[in-house]
Amino acid sequence: MGSASSTLTQYDIEDVQEHCNNLFSQQEIVSLYKRFCQLDRTAKGFISADEFLSVPEFAVNPLSQRLLKMVDGLNFKDFVVFLSAFNPKASMPQKIELIFKVYDSDYNGKVTFKDIMEVLRDLSGSFMSDKQIEDVLIKVMQEAGYNKDSSLLLDDFVKILDHPGLKMEVEVPVD
Amino acid sequence: MCYVVNNRPLSHHLNVKMSKLTTSSSELDLDRPNIEDYLPSDSIQQPHTKLRLRDLLDISPTLTEAAGAIVDDSFTRCFKSNPPEPWNWNIYLFPLWCLGVVVRYGILFPLRVLVLTLGWIIFLSCYIPVHVLLKGHDKLRKRLERVLVELICSFFVASWTGVVKYHGPRPCARPKQVFVANHTSMIDFIVLEQMTAFAVIMQKHPGWVGLLQSTILESVGCIWFNRSEAKDREIVARKLREHVEGTDNNPLLIFPEGTCVNNHYTVMFKKGAFELGATVCPIAIKYNKIFVDAFWNSRKQSFTTHLLQLMTSWAVVCDVWYLEPQNMKPGETAIEFAERVRGIISARAGLKMVPWDGYLKYSRPSPKHRESKQQSFAESVLRRLEEK
Repeated sequence: MGSASSTLTQYDIEDVQEHCNNLFSQQEIVSLYKRFCQLDRTAKGFISADEFLSVPEFAVNPLSQRLLKMVDGLNFKDFVVFLSAFNPKASMPQKIELIFKVYDSDYNGKVTFKDIMEVLRDLSGSFMSDKQIEDVLIKVMQEAGYNKDSSLLLDDFVKILDHPGLKMEVEVPVD
Repeated sequence: MCYVVNNRPLSHHLNVKMSKLTTSSSELDLDRPNIEDYLPSDSIQQPHTKLRLRDLLDISPTLTEAAGAIVDDSFTRCFKSNPPEPWNWNIYLFPLWCLGVVVRYGILFPLRVLVLTLGWIIFLSCYIPVHVLLKGHDKLRKRLERVLVELICSFFVASWTGVVKYHGPRPCARPKQVFVANHTSMIDFIVLEQMTAFAVIMQKHPGWVGLLQSTILESVGCIWFNRSEAKDREIVARKLREHVEGTDNNPLLIFPEGTCVNNHYTVMFKKGAFELGATVCPIAIKYNKIFVDAFWNSRKQSFTTHLLQLMTSWAVVCDVWYLEPQNMKPGETAIEFAERVRGIISARAGLKMVPWDGYLKYSRPSPKHRESKQQSFAESVLRRLEEK
């Protein structure tokens, strides 16, 4: 597919598998590698933001810019680790940690009221005014026992989001 | 799946911006009623229970969609070259394969080049006199030029040892009809042209192909467009209409996908061919991949390289089906008509339909797609806020 080393050795596959805590099978890693090489059109060893955005289904996603910050420039190993959060076998804390990272755009370990508002803005676009978002958020946060000045930590997120209904699973096609 | 209602008219629902300077009237339209019908149905569930912090913070459905797109998406699949499986992997087959390479490059290729050169000589020695001398006798000249173009196309097809099986009644020249076909490579045009001299609408290409386009193809009646020029579209639409309504013109062939697709999928048909008020005659083309992968991946190869690849393969085997002419049904929009015909062609050639515009190869999707998701999210939140 253009990459100089388009074939993975068994050693490479096992290395990647170890990195993602064995969440993916070897076949899935080979499949993901093919996909990685397909997206990395110029065989640089990482996928640029532009190449991610050339996938229309990704580009139309409201959270694409936030995710781009997390996946832009990842090499294959880190790419697999990122996607491992979407594996059905991944633990709930791992999934919630990814969600937390999407909110925590300045990586300071805290999600503030403002951070949540920004994500909600991305999700609702021009169809909700800032005032409407603020009102909704204040209301639901108060009902949950937080207020406008609260900062949520990862543990708070786990407490709020951990329930059996949370499904964040993507199947890797294996041919 | 909710039907999203916009404040804007349906014609602006899905647009593809071709350049930064476009205004809304010259944007390439690709109206479709329901994108939600096509997209994977793992879209966000909209329950009607009371809104809690957990529901607001839970972005997992959106993230899942994004990750799903990263892992696999239907658009990229359409443009993946799928070369045939290598079979030369053991000690018995490998020498056979080597022999095959020698035969293909050493014997077949020179022979084919010879055939093609011969064809060009014959063609040019007949075409140039006819074109120049018969200037006054247009009807006779056109007829002869038509025959000659069909001839040179047959030579081209022979130069790849093309084995083409035509099914169905041959096209005839009648006014108020257009032919549409799925598009895999520029050779689609040659394969169809050797049977009937179509007039065609094509993107203007650089190099020797462009030279051929401006000289020989002019005589069968061709319309040029430029993908990157947005205003072009209105001019082209007018030219199409004029051609179809003319009585003396060759039948018009259009590839509504607008770009080459890898012969496993069809992308959305542009509605231009379907709003001319003419009968649409679908043509389905399917290449047999065992012999060669005829998909012209214009991002990876120039046309010359592509042709050379074909000339050094064993054969180009394909099926062409001329399907039943279709008319727009009462109450059907041009887009619905286009999709219906796409369904007919895809079914016949065994291709899967994907809901993407082929021009997304060259540009980003319009923000309208994202806006419909955002709108449904906003509506759900506001509605659930009201619930007690």
